[in-house]
This record gives sequence, C-alpha cells and structure tokens, in this order.
Amino acid sequence: MKLITHNMLTSKCLKGVVTGYPLAISATNIKVTEVDFNPDFIVRIIPKIDWEVFWKAADSIGHSDGLPQTVESKLHDNNDFLKKVHRVLLEVEIDEGHLTCPESGRQFPITKGIPNMLLTEAENKFAMLLKSANDLYHEVFAPMPRQI
Amino acid sequence: MSRRYLLWFAQEYLDFRLAEMQSILSMLKIEIKYVEKSYNKPYWIVELPSESCIKKIASRSVLIKSCIELWSSANTEERLHENLKSAMKNDSGKWIVESVTGESNDNHICHSSLLTVCSDPSKSFKIEVETFCKHFSMKEKVEKIELFSYLPLEGPVKLNNPDMKFSYIEFYGVDPNNVPKQPEQLFFGRWIVDGQRDLIQALSLKKRNFIGNTSMDAQLSILMANQAQVTMGDIVLDPFVGSGSLLVAAAHFGGYVWGSDIDFMMLHARTRPTRVGQKVRQKEESIKANMKQYGIESHYLDVLVSDFSLPLWRNDLKFDAIITDPPYGVREPTEKIGIEKENYTLAEDYLPNHVPSKVEYGLSHIYSDLLNFAATHLHIGRRLVCWYPLVRSEFEASQLPSHPCLRLLASSEQVLSRLVSRRLLTFEKISDAVPDVPLDPNAAHHNFRRAKKAEEIAINNIRRAQKVSNLK
Ligand SMILES: C[S@@+](CC[C@H](N)C(=O)[O-])C[C@H]1O[C@@H](n2cnc3c(N)ncnc32)[C@H](O)[C@@H]1O
Repeated sequence: MKLITHNMLTSKCLKGVVTGYPLAISATNIKVTEVDFNPDFIVRIIPKIDWEVFWKAADSIGHSDGLPQTVESKLHDNNDFLKKVHRVLLEVEIDEGHLTCPESGRQFPITKGIPNMLLTEAENKFAMLLKSANDLYHEVFAPMPRQI
Repeated sequence: MSRRYLLWFAQEYLDFRLAEMQSILSMLKIEIKYVEKSYNKPYWIVELPSESCIKKIASRSVLIKSCIELWSSANTEERLHENLKSAMKNDSGKWIVESVTGESNDNHICHSSLLTVCSDPSKSFKIEVETFCKHFSMKEKVEKIELFSYLPLEGPVKLNNPDMKFSYIEFYGVDPNNVPKQPEQLFFGRWIVDGQRDLIQALSLKKRNFIGNTSMDAQLSILMANQAQVTMGDIVLDPFVGSGSLLVAAAHFGGYVWGSDIDFMMLHARTRPTRVGQKVRQKEESIKANMKQYGIESHYLDVLVSDFSLPLWRNDLKFDAIITDPPYGVREPTEKIGIEKENYTLAEDYLPNHVPSKVEYGLSHIYSDLLNFAATHLHIGRRLVCWYPLVRSEFEASQLPSHPCLRLLASSEQVLSRLVSRRLLTFEKISDAVPDVPLDPNAAHHNFRRAKKAEEIAINNIRRAQKVSNLK
C-alpha cells in the first residue's frame, strides 16, 4: 500500500465509526520501488492530498526526510520537491503491517502490499462464495479465458 | 477546408462503433461531419478539419482498422476509374458528390490538389488492394493495381515502407452467404493511419501474467477505457476489480489506477489457475505484476480487499473515471452454487430466509450503489462505464439503471446468446446537486431479478449445449 492510498482511505465501513480518518499505520515491512516520475501527475494530485495526514504518515514510517510540513503552490515549479513527493507518495510501500481505525482501534491487516478492509470472518467467508459466482460469470459471460 | 476520410472498421461490435467514436471525439474536442454512416457496413465517410485530427482519433479507436484520405468512390469499377480521372481535372478545390442510384451519395470525386501533392517524383509509393467479403489471388490483385497506371504518381514503387500507401477497396456487401458478382461499392484513397487493432494482441489475455476466470478480453477493456475517456494523469477506479483486466487498458492510456474487490483470494492470486494446463499459480502473479509486464507499473496505485456496499474512501475524493464489471448474481441453492460438501453450512446461510442483510444489500442493490457512488465520487463531466446483463426480450431503455446526477450517454449491446446479452452503459456525471438519492428498492430488485433470470436462462442453455456435445 502506497501513502497516496492511505491518504484516501477511511474505516467508515465500521458500524458507529463517523470519519474513520486517518488510519494509523504500523509497518513491519516497507519496500521502496522506483517508478517513472510524472511531474504533471504529482502537480495534479497534490490538491487532492490531505497534506498534514500525508506528512504525519510519512513521518510515522520514517520517510518524512526533506518533505515540508506544509505545501505552498510556489513549490509546484520545484522539481526536487515534486520528486520528493513522488517518492513518498508512490514509491514507498507498506508491504506488511496493519492499519488502525482512529475511533474504534480496530485493525486491518496489510499482506503483500494489499490492505484487507473486510470486517468479519463471516464476510471473509462470503468472499469464498463469490468464487462460485465468478465461476458462473465465467461460464455465461466470459467463456473465453478457459481456452487460453 | 475540411477533409474527407474513409474510416474502415473491424466488422464486429457494431453497436459500439458510434459510442466509441463519440467518446473519442468529445474527449479530443474534434468536430466531425458524417457524410455516410451506416450501421452494418464496415465503413463510414466523414469530414474532419485536418489530417492530425484523424491521426488522433486513430490513436485511440480500437474498432477502426484504418483511415484513408478518400479520393474517389463509386458503385462500379468503371465508374471509380472515371471518377478518379475526373478528380485529376477537378480544380474547383471542392468535392463533387453525385448520386447514380438516387438513393445515396455513392459517387465521390475529390479535388485535384490531393493528387498533385502525391506526384512528387522523389516519393515512393505502393497501392494495396483489399476486397471485403470476397477473396482474390495475388495475380488478380496485381491486375487490378495495373489499371491505376493513369494516376499522376511519379515516384518509384516500393513495397516495403513506401513514403505513401494507397488503398483500393472493393466492397462485396456484408453477407458472406450471398456475395454479389460485382462489388457493391469501391473506394480509392491515400492511406493515413491504422487504428488500435494491434493493441488487442499486445494486451491479449493469452500472454498476460495473471488472469482470472472473470478477466475481460483486451478489446472490450480498451473500449471501456475509451468510453470512460481515460487520458494521461486521470485517476481511475474499478470497484469490482477482480483480476484487474479493465485497469490494464485504463493504465495503458495514462490512467493511474485503483481497484478494490471483496475477493481476497483473487487479489492475492490464490484462486485456481484459469489457464488450461496450468496447475499452480506462478509466484509473481498479481495485478501489479501485469502492470509491470506492460511497462505501466508507474500507473498502478493499489488494490484493496473491501466490500463495495460499505464506504471505503474519503468523502471528498473524486475520480476521473470509474470503469467496472459488477458481479450480477450468486448461484442460489446449494447444488446450483456448486459448493463442495464442507461448505454446506455457508450455503445454507445463503438461503433466502437467512440471507444476512449485508449480503443482500451487496448483490441486489449493486447498481443503485454504483450509481450513487459515481454521483458522489466522480468529477463533473467525467464518466462511469459499466456492464449490465439482460434478458434480451425484456430490454427496455427506460428500465436501465438511472440517477438524477448521471446522464446515460450510451448503452451498447453485446449479444451473448439468442436470449441473453449485456450492455455497456456509459454515464456522464452532470450535477453535484443530489449527492445521494435514496434507493428505489423496487427498481433495484427488478434489475436483480432480471439479471438472475438472464443467468438462469444462459446456464440452462449452456447445460443443454454441453449435453448435446457430450452425446455426440
Ligand atoms: C465480473 S467480476 C469483475 C472481473 C474483473 N473485471 C476482472 O478483470 O477480473 C466481479 C467482481 O466483483 C467482486 N465482488 C462481488 N461482490 C462484491 C462486493 N460486494 N464488493 C466488492 N467486490 C465484489 C467479485 O469478487 C468479482 O471479482
């Protein structure tokens, strides 16, 4: 899970939780993977980012170095700044760990980089039922892949 | 002065052609004039402001095979050559369009300037012959080419990589069982550019690292990205992401993609392998690995395990596009579900009286949910593109899912069997005014029942077909 995703996620799925934001991050394994830098995209995404949440999240996993605590629009022309944002937003990934709901303390595991926001065991089992739905789907609507 | 082009289409997904073209045109802000636009024939004749417009369109369209600067068309071979000869003398700077049959403008004669710019002796060329619905030998084709020797093409003939390519097309109708002796319509012009048919191969499921049994084929995924007008830097979501096939096309066109799905096993590629002959999943199978395979890893944001019927994202998060293929039902009673013995208890939970409310919500209200979600989380003017299954005989446009903040732009039908089809719905968000409308439980229910019926019929058909083939 990248920090851009963390910045958008809530635990409002939990009953009684009102904002469920921001989720606290506990990371046991962090990966940094280099990906292409697209300054236009970074400029476009910055207004969508809750910067304070972003900075604190980066700080909590030890990646806030060089990241300003507040963002000003004049920084949009500063390539070093955009590169830094790119790195922390898109290249740093929580590979293993969990997210914690700020209101209920409920934890959501992150395995192999994928957060699991499902609620209960029962609903996890429901996911298994879907396998059969998917098989059905495959028969009716997408018979092609099986011949591949 | 606008230019006239012949657009040649792949002869499939006819119901998607206009929708794709309109999406691409409005995305690129290009004005078009349709000179001839039939539903069944594989070609249109259009006018566009410039050659760069047609190139931009072709850089997106997956249904266009090729684009040709039209020099002449006619409904007989003699007439085509006459028209071309008249074109050489047509200094009016305008097109001459005549109707021979009186039914349509089937004779097109271009102005001479299109030809004269091609007469440069330093420019090599070749002429290609294509015949639609009829086959000719190489020798016959060469004979046809030789008939064009009067054209003022001064450069050398070069078969590989010529500076200019010309297309001569004979169209013998669309019914392979009833091919006329003489072509119905003939065209000649300068080839400009091909559409994105090659992308279908490049993104083919056959060579993709990770696929699931719900993966959408490349062509339809590309169509969806076009319907959704995904361009560089867009933020795209598929809330029923499965194996991520729709995101591949979206990321190809520059989208940054998020996906979510309730199926943990799918997102972790721990489901049974889909490919014939593959026993275990490879270690590196995942949506992310697919993105890497296509060199678009930088456009992968994340996938999450989550139930779409529950809120996940920040309220104020807005996407540029939502493209998805929602689930449309679960097999109901145990045998139909096909769950193994040890899962019986699960299946019983599922029987109508015991359905946990959330599960019910998740399935029967999926389209209301999806539309509400799009109304809240799309930028104004941006699009939701999703599939919708139907029993064909029951289709009524007025029964399609609707929402006051969303305008239905297209509903293209893909026929799956005599009885069942699915439609690709394209909605544009037109208003922020009503962020959330209460569900109309009846409407949703109705949709759900329809979908169920579609599926039952489809399955019965498939079963029957299988029985028949087993007997043989
Ligand atoms: C038709 S498939 C989509 C397949 C996908 N386009 C692909 O490339 O594989 C529908 C998906 O919806 C998922 N699904 C079903 N119910 C869901 C729910 N309540 N929330 C989220 N996903 C759900 C299923 O697990 C399945 O993967």
